Amino acid sequence: MAEATQAYEVGRHPELPPPRSEVGVLGWLKHNLFSSPFNVVLTLLVVWFLWTVIPPLFEWMVLNSVWTADTRKECWARMAVPEDGACWAFIKGRIQLFIYGFYPHPLRWRVNLSFVLLVLAIVPVLYDKLPGRKYALWYAAAFPFIAGWLLVGGFGLTPVDTDQFGGILLTLIIGVTGISFSLPIGILLALGRRSTMLVPRVLCVLFIEFIRGVPLITLLFVAATMLNYFLPPGTVFDLLVRVLIMVTLFSAAYIAEVVRGGLQAIPRGQFEAADSLGLTYFQAHLTIVLPQALKISIPGIVNTFIGLYKDTTLVLIIGMLDPLGIGRASLADPVWLGLAREVYIFVALFFFICCFSMSRYSLYLERKLHTGHNY
Amino acid sequence: MSDVASPGSKPGFSSDVMIQMTGVHKWFGEFHVLKDINLTVHKGERIVICGPSGSGKSTLIRCINRLEEHQKGRIVVDGTELTSDLKHIDTIRREVGIVFQQFNLFPHLTALENLSLALIWVRKMPKAKAEEIAMNYLDRVHIPEQAQKYPGQLSGGQQQRVAIARSLCMNPKIMMFDEPTSALDPEMIKEVLDVMVELAESGMTMIVVTHEMGFATAVANRVIFMDFGEIIEQNDPHNFFENPKSDRTKLFLSQILHH
Repeated sequence: MAEATQAYEVGRHPELPPPRSEVGVLGWLKHNLFSSPFNVVLTLLVVWFLWTVIPPLFEWMVLNSVWTADTRKECWARMAVPEDGACWAFIKGRIQLFIYGFYPHPLRWRVNLSFVLLVLAIVPVLYDKLPGRKYALWYAAAFPFIAGWLLVGGFGLTPVDTDQFGGILLTLIIGVTGISFSLPIGILLALGRRSTMLVPRVLCVLFIEFIRGVPLITLLFVAATMLNYFLPPGTVFDLLVRVLIMVTLFSAAYIAEVVRGGLQAIPRGQFEAADSLGLTYFQAHLTIVLPQALKISIPGIVNTFIGLYKDTTLVLIIGMLDPLGIGRASLADPVWLGLAREVYIFVALFFFICCFSMSRYSLYLERKLHTGHNY
Repeated sequence: MSDVASPGSKPGFSSDVMIQMTGVHKWFGEFHVLKDINLTVHKGERIVICGPSGSGKSTLIRCINRLEEHQKGRIVVDGTELTSDLKHIDTIRREVGIVFQQFNLFPHLTALENLSLALIWVRKMPKAKAEEIAMNYLDRVHIPEQAQKYPGQLSGGQQQRVAIARSLCMNPKIMMFDEPTSALDPEMIKEVLDVMVELAESGMTMIVVTHEMGFATAVANRVIFMDFGEIIEQNDPHNFFENPKSDRTKLFLSQILHH
């Protein structure tokens, strides 16, 4: 109290430190957890909820779990209390199936190599401070073709039918292809929709509205069953390729609308400044409009990507076995009946890790691109 | 009447015509914004355009570099007529720089990148050369130390100076200013006006839409008063402020000078 009453000459008031209760751990607790009676109640409720949920879950998933067994019965026999823990032995025994699907055993090194190459291709795309990034990006652009050759074979490698693809391999193929091709296509569609030229605009609007107006499952059915009727007889057109095209176009239509939202947020003054400096339409979009519009659209774009990634599970409806499909098929095994929890938790965890990473990356990107300016 | 010799120490201007507007009309939908505009601007001349808001001042200068399209009449800029021919528009935009009320800097680029962008893409300069020129111009507007900052980190006055430097970089023959100080806090107006006065002293042809009458008196060769889309009156600053002829000019001057 002494400081508060101390008098200073006008114009000479020094800067005093804030009260102790406003900063540090105490300040954080006060502002974030106990700022009002309602907040106090919420905090206590959440603590109670976590207390009741997490310890049993942890016991089931970790402490009481069994990692080696050949049957469900053996699994349960190994537990102190039967059925009291997770039987991860089931997942462990089938992990190869979950990763590779039915990819021929002796050739699985090709899948492993593709995974490694994928990581090497993604890192320079996501992280821009890498030395020699320019060359790494050329490699990233070539990656789909390298991976395609490795996985499908031909040109010196033993060919593998795409209907033997499955599991995480299949999810990654559809997810990565869909994500990397739908963004550029979506941007072009968005620009087309905003074009002053009538024909491209109408074509883009028709495409976007048609694709958005139809459920993905319908498109997948069309890809699986009907597309061949439209093609000349005898055309061999791989089912996986058809699915990839459909998923990419589907997601591109959504991306187009997200990007259009971003484009609309760019003030007219930016275009005028670009015009008055003599930049062409192409230059202005490449250097000024798109960098800003895409930055604004990051949350929506990543949202669409996450949606697409999870929608890859829908291929199980046309008979392709992604991790969820493999899981469901595994559950039919009489030796392992009744372990649905383990399977679904495992599949959920796989998708969660992928999607959560995307979400965190998008936050990182937003922060990195923030230049202290908001419209 | 436009060729009034400039009084005092102000630099004069040559008789070469830089901009010739003849019978220019423009409509926004049904609204007749510009009515029969006839204006000749000579090389080195410094013109201030004033008038109430909505009188067509901004539209007039925006027609000169085709940010707006006029629908009737002729605009010739340094021998090139402004038509819908894209080559002509390009040629004219190379010669005419414009500074906006809202700065319109590119917020995702640093001050230096804002300046060097067009040099690299439009003038096809190598990056190092473009940045060297950009630095020179940042120096000229007295903020070389802000080169690596983003527009969002600069004050309004600094942003507007970067915007002026960005236009100057392209080495234009004519500089147009569309209310360059209207969006600024009072204490920042002077730093921008100082840069503009220096530019005027270097002999640049300038058209400035502004209500800064001190600036008009100090540097303009001619002050133009617009209202309802027409040029009502034009004269050298001394006569314009001391002996306005039309009643509308008198009314306008009394409103902006005695508030």
